[in-house]
Amino acid sequence: MTKAVSTQAELVERSLKKRYRAEKRFKIAGIISISVGIAALFALFIEIFGNGIGGFSQTKIKLDIVLDSEELEIYDVNNEEEVSNGYYEGVIRLALRKKFPEVKSRGDRRKLYSMISDGASYRLRDLVMADTSLIGQTKTFWFLADDDFDTYFKTLLDGDPYTARVDEKQRAWVDQLIEEGNIEKGFNTAFFTSGDSSEPELAGILGAVIGSLLTLAITLALSFPIGVAAAIYLNEYAPKNRLTELIEVNIRNLAAVPSIIFGLLGLAIFINLFGMPRSVPTVGGLVLTLMTLPTIIMSSRAALEAVPPSIREAALGLGASKMQTILHHVLPLALPGMLTGAIIGMAQALGETAPLLMIGMVAFIVDVPSWFTDSATVLPVQIFLWSDSPERAFVEKTSAAIMVLLLFLIFMNTMAVLLRKKLERRW
Amino acid sequence: MIKELLKLACLATAFAAPMGYSASRDNIMVVGSSTVFPFSKVVAERFGKKTKFKAPKVEPTGTGGGFKEFCKGIGLAYPDIANASRRIKQSEFDDCRSNGVKDIIEVQIGYDGIVIANSVKSKQFALSLRDVFLGLAKMVPDPKAEGKLIANPYKTWKDVNPNLPGTKIEVFGPPPTSGTRDAFVELAMEGGCSHFDWIKALKKTDKNRFKAICHGMREDGAFVEAGENDNLIVRKLNESAGSLGIFGFSFLDQNADKVHAATIDGNVPTFDSIASGDYIVSRPLYFYAKKAHIGVIPGIKEFLVEFTSRGTWGEEGYLSEKGLIPLDTSERREIARRVRALEPMPASALTMH
Repeated sequence: MTKAVSTQAELVERSLKKRYRAEKRFKIAGIISISVGIAALFALFIEIFGNGIGGFSQTKIKLDIVLDSEELEIYDVNNEEEVSNGYYEGVIRLALRKKFPEVKSRGDRRKLYSMISDGASYRLRDLVMADTSLIGQTKTFWFLADDDFDTYFKTLLDGDPYTARVDEKQRAWVDQLIEEGNIEKGFNTAFFTSGDSSEPELAGILGAVIGSLLTLAITLALSFPIGVAAAIYLNEYAPKNRLTELIEVNIRNLAAVPSIIFGLLGLAIFINLFGMPRSVPTVGGLVLTLMTLPTIIMSSRAALEAVPPSIREAALGLGASKMQTILHHVLPLALPGMLTGAIIGMAQALGETAPLLMIGMVAFIVDVPSWFTDSATVLPVQIFLWSDSPERAFVEKTSAAIMVLLLFLIFMNTMAVLLRKKLERRW
Repeated sequence: MIKELLKLACLATAFAAPMGYSASRDNIMVVGSSTVFPFSKVVAERFGKKTKFKAPKVEPTGTGGGFKEFCKGIGLAYPDIANASRRIKQSEFDDCRSNGVKDIIEVQIGYDGIVIANSVKSKQFALSLRDVFLGLAKMVPDPKAEGKLIANPYKTWKDVNPNLPGTKIEVFGPPPTSGTRDAFVELAMEGGCSHFDWIKALKKTDKNRFKAICHGMREDGAFVEAGENDNLIVRKLNESAGSLGIFGFSFLDQNADKVHAATIDGNVPTFDSIASGDYIVSRPLYFYAKKAHIGVIPGIKEFLVEFTSRGTWGEEGYLSEKGLIPLDTSERREIARRVRALEPMPASALTMH
């Protein structure tokens, strides 16, 4: 007997080292997996950050503009149409010619004019339209530089100038501007305050962000109540039979269906059958509702299942009706889990592009949408569109927009974690 | 809690209510080619800023997808303008007519070149269309037996043509869904295979076989379908110095520090060589407008006029800055005249040649 014990102890003793080693290997495998994940994430962040940080700054050029009424061809300041049609490009060009009087030939002048963004004359027009007393005055403005000059100036500051789109003369002009202190890099406000544009220096994400918010508002307003109601019925009321099992399997299946299928469904039903317009947040929201519903139903069911049966039994025992039990006791306890599921579903919807492609939300839209039936794009689609643009300056804009999208996603997911931590009840 | 849920439900219905959207549309709807998209959107944006009208919405659906939507019918739900990187096909034209889209205004806006380029880190290529065909076709004529085809045996460019460098054949190009691919196959590959007389003769006798030979791209890894994104191809070239890439001229124009284009039959793709027709791998770009929508959707006529005015599509117009290669002056004048007169294309236009 004693011998048997000692052999067993010996056996354990002998295998101990091996078990420790196995334990260590197991742990190291885990650490390696995590490091691979983190390394990939960091590589992505560094790549996007490195590319995108430039997108938040913008080169500006200082010009003294003489708002001469003759030059502007505005003779009657009260005539709105005349003010609107003024030759604002002309006064900007005049200011450039004054600054570089040695530029004479037509070709060179064209190159000179290309230094200032096309948006400058419209900005000037809007300023003058808002305050016609500006006509006749001389004002100093910081205008946005054209994207080629913007890229050149920024890369020049970084020490590795990109010269392919600016020739020697243009570089000399930039040098002169630098010497005079008339060119500088500033914060890119247009990026946050304007809609899409074909000129990189004027392009902004506001239109896409608003489009995303409008779309998500519809998605949340539809998918949350429907999802929760479905989960409550399935969990609390539905009898356990073949039919409900079939429904359950189908919901799980739907969650795994590629999102583009929902886009095709949306195209067939909402646009072709119901005749809804293309590219509007309403339809986008409906499609994303279809897509997020399974996620929300499943997480809501999980939250309901986590509520211990004793709560229900106690309420029922005290004479509460089934509805009272659910609304007063079960639902409040399950809500944090449901909200977390909803937020994760929304984050998923926020990052979705494929189904929106089908319903025409991939489009160039300048105007910032203001209502659910205005044409709109969403943030990931905007990223997709910019990534496909030939202009060099859109590369940094693309990464900058990705950074904004990531920020939104991080915010939403942190909210989900915090909510769960704060409201979670343990039994 | 109940109240909050009820509130949510109310909100939901409130949001669902505006689905009875207004039956009018005040912005022009443009669909179609993703090659024309960058040009179309500049005009749309300027038009929106310049005039009282709203900026048109431009959706890149691809040429074929654009015509499909465009030809669905007359009405607010259907696009007003379809962009195309090729001429409308007879079948599409017929589809349009059978759905009531009878009067279509055709506008050719300019040309786009397709380039074959490699990284500036390696030597510039000088290709002929014959080299392109032999390097990229799935089946090539057997050099030993006249009139026979063999699976493409060439591994390096030197195998194709002794004057070319001995680098491995690896070419990134667009997938079959892309208009750039269609044009490349039609212009470069067909041009190359017509160098072989017996294949050229097939064009008249057995058109399907001719197409099968000339349009089949290699599937053994030498030709890599790199997706619709031309920026991606440029990036890939930067990483693999020996490879070539096929993409649109405007991407070459914007990335001159990273890639340089191969000469084709001795011609470098430049603005001028494409416009003059010396550089042959180029294609015309179009857009088509529905005449029936003019006057219903505000601003269509003004948009057409804006697009076809000198400051826009002329030699010094703002579209040329975006990489569009303009038509010559007399062609432009004629098209601008037709646009201003709102002259629809005649039914016979497509069968003429």
